[in-house]
Amino acid sequence: MSAVLRNPLSEPLPLAARPSEPLPGPSDWSFELIEQYHKVIRDTAQRFGLDTYPNQLEIITAEQMMDAYASVGMPVNYRHWSYGKEFIATEKNYKRGHMGLAYEIVINSNPCISYLMEENTMAMQALVIAHAAYGHNSFFKGNYLFRMWTDAASIIDYLVYAKDYVAKCEEKHGLDTVEEFLDSCHALQNHGVDRYRRPSRKSLAQELAERKDREAYAQAQVNDMWRTLPRKADKDAAEKESKRFPEEPQENLLYFIEKNAPLLEPWQREIVRIVRKVAQYFYPQRQTQVMNEGWATFWHHKLLNQMYDDGYLTDGVMIEWLKSHTNVVYQPPVGHRAYSGINPYALGFAMYNDIKRVCEDPTDEDRQWFPEIAGTPWLPALDQAMRNYKDESFVGQYLSPKLMRELRLFSIVDDEKEEALEVSAIHDESGYRRVREALSRQYDLGSREPNIQVWNVNLRGDRSLTLRHFQHNNRPLHETAHEVLRHVARLWGFGVQLESVNSRAEVTKRWSVPAPG
Amino acid sequence: MALQSIIDRRLAGKNKSVGNRERFLRRHKVQVREAVKRAIDGRSIRDVERGEEVHIPKKDLSEPVFGHGSGGVREVVHPGNKDFIRGDRIDRPKGGGGQGSGQGQASDSGEGEDDFVFSLSKEEFMQVFFEDLALPNLVRTQLAETPEWKSQRAGYSSDGTPNNLHVVRSLRGAIGRRIAIGAGSRAELRALEDELEQWQRAPHDEVAAARMRELEHAIAALRARLGRIPYLDPIDLRYRSRIKVPVPTSKAVMFCLMDISGSMDEARKDLSKRFFILLYLFLTRHYEKIDLVFIRHHTQAQEVNEDDFFHARETGGTVVSSALVLMEEIIRERYSPSEWNIYGAQASDGDNWHHDSGRCRELLSERLLPLCRYYAYVQVAEEEQNLWDEYAQLPPLHPQFAMRKATSADQIYPVFRDLFKKEGAKAA
Repeated sequence: MSAVLRNPLSEPLPLAARPSEPLPGPSDWSFELIEQYHKVIRDTAQRFGLDTYPNQLEIITAEQMMDAYASVGMPVNYRHWSYGKEFIATEKNYKRGHMGLAYEIVINSNPCISYLMEENTMAMQALVIAHAAYGHNSFFKGNYLFRMWTDAASIIDYLVYAKDYVAKCEEKHGLDTVEEFLDSCHALQNHGVDRYRRPSRKSLAQELAERKDREAYAQAQVNDMWRTLPRKADKDAAEKESKRFPEEPQENLLYFIEKNAPLLEPWQREIVRIVRKVAQYFYPQRQTQVMNEGWATFWHHKLLNQMYDDGYLTDGVMIEWLKSHTNVVYQPPVGHRAYSGINPYALGFAMYNDIKRVCEDPTDEDRQWFPEIAGTPWLPALDQAMRNYKDESFVGQYLSPKLMRELRLFSIVDDEKEEALEVSAIHDESGYRRVREALSRQYDLGSREPNIQVWNVNLRGDRSLTLRHFQHNNRPLHETAHEVLRHVARLWGFGVQLESVNSRAEVTKRWSVPAPG
Repeated sequence: MALQSIIDRRLAGKNKSVGNRERFLRRHKVQVREAVKRAIDGRSIRDVERGEEVHIPKKDLSEPVFGHGSGGVREVVHPGNKDFIRGDRIDRPKGGGGQGSGQGQASDSGEGEDDFVFSLSKEEFMQVFFEDLALPNLVRTQLAETPEWKSQRAGYSSDGTPNNLHVVRSLRGAIGRRIAIGAGSRAELRALEDELEQWQRAPHDEVAAARMRELEHAIAALRARLGRIPYLDPIDLRYRSRIKVPVPTSKAVMFCLMDISGSMDEARKDLSKRFFILLYLFLTRHYEKIDLVFIRHHTQAQEVNEDDFFHARETGGTVVSSALVLMEEIIRERYSPSEWNIYGAQASDGDNWHHDSGRCRELLSERLLPLCRYYAYVQVAEEEQNLWDEYAQLPPLHPQFAMRKATSADQIYPVFRDLFKKEGAKAA
């Protein structure tokens, strides 16, 4: 983690020398051509000061792309039936032509691995290199969430370890046992992160060395916790009030289970940990979709256009990647057949372009809304916007009135107590702030996913676990909650309750699952 | 900047998700077996070896996670406003706000969607089929295997391993090449030598001496050039080429005999069908051309096509010998035992007109079994009747005769045990 903060360039460096002729643009790629293109893209990216991990480009087949798709985009992962299901579904759609494969997958690792599919034409490979190997890559390296939550240098090693560990468990304890247990862990994988605590960064060697200690220690702790003998009844009642466990509600359900579930065997605790670690690795990606895709799209667009201006690209290559670029950033309007919410590529791309515009060519409105960046050099402003935000704060900070007007954004309130939906704000003077806030909240994980916390453990009674759901805007839980609770009970080993609490701290619904048989 | 590299991964890590797929199939074994069973019912015997689509209800595949349900208060931002202004009220779309929830929520919220459909590969299909039949592993591999290959000479090729080098061919090529490449130079050489000879015969003077020196020079240069033509060049090398061809196999005919009297219900027919399929699969591994003859009988026998064989129902009594007689007639007419390997497979519920069973035994013993490579009888019912008793006398006399009672699919295989065992021993 050296060079934590490089000063971003304040403006692009000049081109050393114009090429005598553009790069060849045949539809078939070759290794030499990819090398040539990659060199020019790299040099161009450096002129803009993009700071990236070293790149590793890998040529793969469509089948391998589907493989990577199916195992959550990682080149290696432990075996689980759900990945098989994903693969089958992906393959089916691909073969029927229902979808093209995403033309790129990029892995937040050091070196940063980008997959190039062999079916791509040369122009598409150039697009993928610019998009993934320089766009996403610099985002992975720069954005604070990724810096805080993921460790690019060790993820691949850790996944290899996880794969082997799970395979060993399968051998030892049987496929069914491990599969059931993984199912249960997966049910909670969105609840495996402490949002306000930094994870410690460990290399694989440390992980392994600590595993043994951890197994012994964790069990000892658990034993300790449960050892307490019941005291006399009267004293007990008093103490029950005063001392609760956990003392504070815990939002990291998987961590709580890993450390405190009384009946888990060491290998089970380790699997909980593996699922938790992998989920944690994806935690930043879930919060930076707009920013990450927008950033990569902005940069492939910028880099390839710059290369065209410098005389490196032919018209044919330009038209080909632009066609694909246009599809990616298309935003169908609400009510359109293809509409399924806001396209993160479109919004992100538009926002970074808009920030650049505000820097270079601000209007009075922009000066009023963005006094700190209006008229300043655009490269540092963009760099700042990429590094220090997540989708929620990025939208809250940078969505400009002009862009709201262009996208014709409006917000609708759906209150179940009302007869009809109501348009709460539109892209006008009185609505800008409301629309921006609403959109920002929409990207807040807290409002997208239910907030569920460990509330209490009945230490002296039936050892049951109580979870609490804190409703956001009184939104109830989905039906599947009961199903998930059964998984929690399997992990916990005793009965589990779930209480849903509304904004006035009233319990509006309870679920209860008995101890697994 | 640090090392940058391009790696070709295309050949590595193929089929990486096989393990995941296996786990997926394992988890849904029930549905998969059901699909295989249905497919076997519906398919022709010759058509068994291909994949099959499996349907699994979506809800069996769900991976539940905590999520929001509909209700409460929700504010969603949409793009593309046409003419709304603040305070407009819009009727709630039907179907409980499905349209508004586009963000975030995964597909597990939808109930009653289509089934999840995927196809089993041919191998996976056969695996399940074999599992039902409780085939031993050795036999499974025998059946799953492609036919034996024999390597056979197929002329010459320009690459190969040194042990296959064909010396004569290679040298012949080398000579040809040397002649061809040197042709021009040699013609020139001959011309120069002729001229030199003439000059040597001509009177010696200054001009002649100069010209002769010149010619000798040129001749020496040409000789040197010819000398440089390699004696043997890599392009001359010829190797014996060998290709793989399937082991030449002969022709077989398989007679399927089945009782279709009223007492053969669907379950018994299904069992019989699996019995026929198994024999057919065995034969396809060993013979290139297989004819199938279907003979069904009640009191009279009849040769029919496969569809009628499995699907027609008739009632009435049973005279098994009629089918045996017809089988013999067909053999005499169309399948000379000297050209064809004859296999018989008979399925029945054991019910027969009691005066007929003795005749069946005689027919088999004296007329048919001597012509057959193998004859298997399966009784798809438990009770022993006189046909069973009569047939039971046959095995000690005729090693190619096998019989068995089967009331479920996993009991069929033992009928063929001897047949497969023999082949297994031969292969080993």
